[in-house]
Amino acid sequence: MKVEKKSEIRFPYSEKVLEHFRNPHNVGKMENPDGKGLEGSPACGDMVAVYIKVKPETKVIEDVKFESYGCASNIATGSVITDIARGKTLEEAKKITWKQASEELGGLPPIKAHCSVLAVEGLRAAIRDYEEKHGLVTEKEPTTEEVVRRRLKHVMNPLTGLDIIRTDLILKITVVDGTVRVVVDLPSDHQFASAIKEDIMEKLGSLWDVKSVEVVFTA
Amino acid sequence: MVWSEEGKEIFENMIYLDNAACTRLDERVLEAMTPYFFDTYAVATSEFGYSMGIDAKEGLENSREGIASRLGADSEEMIFTSGDTESSNMALKGVAWALKEKKGKHIIVSQIEDFPVLNTAKALQKQGFDVTFLGVDGEGFADLEGLRKAITKETVLVSVQCANQEIGTAQDLKAISEICKEKDVFLHTDATHSFTRLPLNVKKLPVDLVTLSAHTIHGPRGIGALYIRKGTPITKFMDGGFQESNIRAGIENIPGAVGFATAVELVTEDENKQLESMRNRVIERALSEIPEVTLNGSRENRLPQNANMTFHYVEGESITLHMDMRGFAVSTGSACFSRSLEASHVIRGIGGDHERAHGSVRFTFGRYNRMEDADAAVDAMSEVVARLREISPLARK
Repeated sequence: MKVEKKSEIRFPYSEKVLEHFRNPHNVGKMENPDGKGLEGSPACGDMVAVYIKVKPETKVIEDVKFESYGCASNIATGSVITDIARGKTLEEAKKITWKQASEELGGLPPIKAHCSVLAVEGLRAAIRDYEEKHGLVTEKEPTTEEVVRRRLKHVMNPLTGLDIIRTDLILKITVVDGTVRVVVDLPSDHQFASAIKEDIMEKLGSLWDVKSVEVVFTA
Repeated sequence: MVWSEEGKEIFENMIYLDNAACTRLDERVLEAMTPYFFDTYAVATSEFGYSMGIDAKEGLENSREGIASRLGADSEEMIFTSGDTESSNMALKGVAWALKEKKGKHIIVSQIEDFPVLNTAKALQKQGFDVTFLGVDGEGFADLEGLRKAITKETVLVSVQCANQEIGTAQDLKAISEICKEKDVFLHTDATHSFTRLPLNVKKLPVDLVTLSAHTIHGPRGIGALYIRKGTPITKFMDGGFQESNIRAGIENIPGAVGFATAVELVTEDENKQLESMRNRVIERALSEIPEVTLNGSRENRLPQNANMTFHYVEGESITLHMDMRGFAVSTGSACFSRSLEASHVIRGIGGDHERAHGSVRFTFGRYNRMEDADAAVDAMSEVVARLREISPLARK
């Protein structure tokens, strides 16, 4: 339909996010990367692949690329996080946080936090992959309540944009024989219940010694 | 596209292809409504009231009759409401409450219903009703055999939509109504997206309740109706005055009713054919010109104004944002786009995985679209999808 009046486009994103979304930096697949990380899945709606090339002597990230199947905030975070990581040592790059990326982008809508966290995790996964391949990781850590708690700090509460640990949404965590049980302080028909559940399953299901994940709601 | 002084993009023409969500009001509708705001603004009174009230009542009743006749109904069977959400709440809760003691506490709704029906059914579930969510096949058609088996002595109501809000599939209501008749169960259908666009005549088809709304046919928002066949038991669910045959309390929205009736009158078969040709153009061109595209819903039995396809390996919110930047309004079943962060229950219902839901895009046409819009939309989609696939880890390159 043609609207006679001129209409300006209005977006929920900052100019900076839109610029990175329109023309993302460092995109594409890398041939023979030294490290590769893949986070998310089509099920959670977003997926990010991060590839790194590392200078062996200095452990500096010489080149970094990413691919995204995701929404605007996911693409923009991938773009900005790879910009930040380039030229950093692995140790420095590990410390890059979602908050840093978000600030660089002039803020992200809280509801989109979990989509953009993935890009940060993709980078960390690529670094971990490199470390594992190059014998820099000696032993695998067994999953404990503490490990679960740490992982769940990456699951966002879309109501606040803060993680579900910090916002006290997790009532109880138990780990028994490879089965993780998480009790979430929300009713099962809450607007975000299934999004949060999927995100938790995603984060915990990939732990090496976890066989099943159970997410329980309080009502 | 032009650039404003602040450097922001501005479109002289925005191409609106989200007519399933809401439509632009037709000026003729506004014109018909205006006198009921400024001249005949009284409430509807009985024939023993004052003149302005009697005139207002006449405006209301003429509108009721116009809408009823389009559906093959008698005007006393039409109740005005605030829109499809209220109509479907009234139908499901009204019949369920009226029959829970007399007959039973079981209702059946299809699993791809729109939220007014789906969430009302879930609310009834919390009140102790047993709800069967009837499955659908890969094109969205309700499982008829499943329906037949699901109906028990306790079943008080079946609700299956006329046509789907997202994927456009038009149900075989004839077969569904025959099953319900045979089993002696009341049938409600949500016709929000199909009314006037697809034929529905309650004289020929034994449906008992029909949800209607004006906002999908270039009428005003905030007005809808519920057809209630004579003899259908219904409990009033909102307390107040005795308006609308003591079924729906509250001051009548007479300008809205007049607008709704006018909007109904303005929909012609020629227009429906035009919408259908735009729909066909988008479907045919997208399927043939863009690789890896799947049509969602039935190719043959679908709303004339609806095209819905999944563009694989790319995510819907990114598509809609890129399309918006190019001046198109379209919608998607992606989780990122929705208010609940959940992927479309419709695409999931037809057996699609999350990826199919996330990459689904809906184009819905209306009176103010032209064939050029359909072509421009496919051209833009072609470009946007190619661009997003370039950066997608899922795309086969």
